[in-house]
Amino acid sequence: MLKVQNLTKIYEGGVLALDNASFEVPKGQFLAVIGLSGSGKSTLLRCINRLIEPTSGKVLWNDLDITAATEEDLRQIRRKIGMVFQHFNLVHRSSVLTNVLAGRLGYVNPAWSIMNRFPKEDIEKAMKQLNRVGIAEKAHQRADELSGGQQQRVGIARALMQDPAMILADEPVASLDPVLAHSIMQYLELINKEDGVTVLCSLHFLDLVHRYAHRVVALNEGKLVFDGLPQEIDDHRFKEIYGKDAERVG
Amino acid sequence: MDKKPSIGKSIRVGLIVVLCLIVYAYGFQVTQVSFKEISSERRQESLTRVLRALAKPNLVEYEQKETVIKAPIYVPCTEEGAVLPEPDKSQPYLVLAPACADPRTEIQIEGYNFTPNSEGSLYFVPPSEVNLNLGSFKADDKGAFSVTAKVPPRPETVVQYVHAVSLQRVGSPTITQTAIDTWDKIVETIFLALLATTLGVIFSIPVSFLAARNIMKEITSPISSLSLSIIGWPVGIGLGVVLARWLSQQSQSIYANIWLTLLAIIILCVIAWYLIRWAMPQEETRKPKLSIRITRIFALGISGIIMILVVMLVAKSTMTAGTNIVSPLGAFGFLGSFLSNMGEIINLIIPIIVGLGVGALVSNFFSKIGKWIYLRFNPSLRLIANIVLSGLAGATIFIILGNIINWFYQINDPIKIFYVPAVVGALCGIALAIWARKEDAIPVGMAIYYITRTLLNATRAIEALIWVIVFVVWVGIGPFAGVLALSLHTVAALAKLYSEQVESISPGPLEAVRATGATRLQMIIYAVIPQIIPPYISFTMYRWDINVRMSTIIGFGGGGGIGFLLIQNINTMQYRAASAQMLAIAIVVALMDYLSSYMREKVV
Repeated sequence: MLKVQNLTKIYEGGVLALDNASFEVPKGQFLAVIGLSGSGKSTLLRCINRLIEPTSGKVLWNDLDITAATEEDLRQIRRKIGMVFQHFNLVHRSSVLTNVLAGRLGYVNPAWSIMNRFPKEDIEKAMKQLNRVGIAEKAHQRADELSGGQQQRVGIARALMQDPAMILADEPVASLDPVLAHSIMQYLELINKEDGVTVLCSLHFLDLVHRYAHRVVALNEGKLVFDGLPQEIDDHRFKEIYGKDAERVG
Repeated sequence: MDKKPSIGKSIRVGLIVVLCLIVYAYGFQVTQVSFKEISSERRQESLTRVLRALAKPNLVEYEQKETVIKAPIYVPCTEEGAVLPEPDKSQPYLVLAPACADPRTEIQIEGYNFTPNSEGSLYFVPPSEVNLNLGSFKADDKGAFSVTAKVPPRPETVVQYVHAVSLQRVGSPTITQTAIDTWDKIVETIFLALLATTLGVIFSIPVSFLAARNIMKEITSPISSLSLSIIGWPVGIGLGVVLARWLSQQSQSIYANIWLTLLAIIILCVIAWYLIRWAMPQEETRKPKLSIRITRIFALGISGIIMILVVMLVAKSTMTAGTNIVSPLGAFGFLGSFLSNMGEIINLIIPIIVGLGVGALVSNFFSKIGKWIYLRFNPSLRLIANIVLSGLAGATIFIILGNIINWFYQINDPIKIFYVPAVVGALCGIALAIWARKEDAIPVGMAIYYITRTLLNATRAIEALIWVIVFVVWVGIGPFAGVLALSLHTVAALAKLYSEQVESISPGPLEAVRATGATRLQMIIYAVIPQIIPPYISFTMYRWDINVRMSTIIGFGGGGGIGFLLIQNINTMQYRAASAQMLAIAIVVALMDYLSSYMREKVV
């Protein structure tokens, strides 16, 4: 169970990115986060694992207070939270396998990992995850030789290496074409169903939300303006979330 | 759209033109530009002389045979008249007309039977046998010449002589000593640049991270932790130096003969390896019990000590082995002296490294205590702890500063160098602790960043050619001083270029690796380093290029290499020798230029 309580983030320069947002996510739920660009979706997801330090408010996860965790505890928490990014955030010059193994960094002994030594089980595990996302044969290629869809699958494999209890996906399909978008979303759905991993996924397209999400929260200028089921988003709600002049597409 | 030019604008333009004229006129005056001097005959002549010498680099020479032909002369004429023997006409001979002359009068010197087209010099030789130059001659096709010369003012009653010295090339050309020296020095120059670049790169890579804003910005530390880690450094360094000294004594007693020592090294390595493997499991999902962690730390400590001992033994055996194989290796004896030098270097720096290492460990441990204080103490207790610790840390820093100042100025007054700094430092620390709010994290990273940047800028501002003067005083004239000076400048210049590359990496991978729960060091290894390898290689090549060029002139300051020869030859006006060295420099720099651009293309 993830509890977000009165979470607020004010950036340097006074931009209010997140305004007193509160919601709860039960274990195993697929939660979509929607809203316009700049509405605070990325900030919200990054405040949960404190890649961005929230200004005030609390994030509780299984009664662990993430916002109050020390640096060391935070590392222990982060390694159970996988993250998938819009721009994949792979290390281009490293091999696919190294990128996937990087997901294990929170677990391995830092002294060994500095010498690029991973336990045999981790390497096997990495190959298994690559197999799961269907690109095992690319393991020894450089990450930037892969296409966008393949790179995002490497990103997912990296998150899976963490044995995550939760995955934060920050617009994972926004840089991909619709066909690839569905294939990536299906992997997330599979992980959610098979492994019981909680997924928080920010999305732009409502058809993806309808197809994959159990529940939706919507942000507008940092405020939580909607919290409910995907099918509850009617035209009225839509205008509330995206503004009066918005029109539905697709 | 043509606007009428206003008077004001015209005046302004006119003023600017006049101002520029004045500036340039003053520039001419200050830099002593003088075209009259350039066109003067004297200058033209010396320029011609130098350029002609430069056009003939002194690379090959012929063995030369010297033939001296003498002819007697009376200066001034004696009263009974000059009675001179008839010259032997089967040999080269000289005819003087007249055969006696007053000082400063002109005589005709004619030569016959010389080797056709040979050249030589004419001398007037008084009884003191000091050769006075009368000029030179060049024989024609038949081996004859005729030269007018002035008799020098050396009146004597006895007979004096005119010598014609002709030089003839004999045999095949040989390489001059200048060419050999130039070759020696240009090799020295290339290796000077290589060593300086290598040394510079080794040091500038870690420094470049300290000077990268995006890496350092996040490093903050609560005041208790910062204070304790500052106190930890001198304590740890002291402990480390004591430890190193003790271990060095132990290694002396262990060291027997070289084979036994090698055996000991292998056994110790195996022990250390197993201890490390046991104490650092590759992966753990949950934290082990405290007792196990303490045992592990203990095991790591022992394996650390064993490793230091091993390095000491290795250093000692390389020193002995190196010295012993110098003579059997013959021409490759330099490998032996390299080994023994490396051993000596390791021996020298091991106490420093152990000191710094233990310092870092103790400081790290202390800072963890500081963090514990920060987390567990209640606010008022924390404030008291902060004040005490920060006061102690301030006193520590100021006492160290006081000792450094004392070293420079030899004050030697315990009140001024110990008590006053201690009190002032403590007050500063206490003020900082009170001023900083209790929860505030001190931006340690940014402080280190600014200090590093300032030091780098200051070092870089002084050219290597000036640094070499300092090092010449320290290690003596020679290429080693040049290596040190160039390395220092390389560190300063490369660290800045490198750190800018670290600052311009894409932040995405860094964020992703951070999100996996990686430590800061892991983030650097997995997200930063792969991104900076290409620019690092490219900048290293660029610097290697610069260093080759710099090393050709570092000798001007006494830093060895070819510049050392060049400046000597220029100062003694041996332009033909200087020309050989300039030619060598041109060839080497061009080659290195080509090579480095080729390699950059291949690698990056």
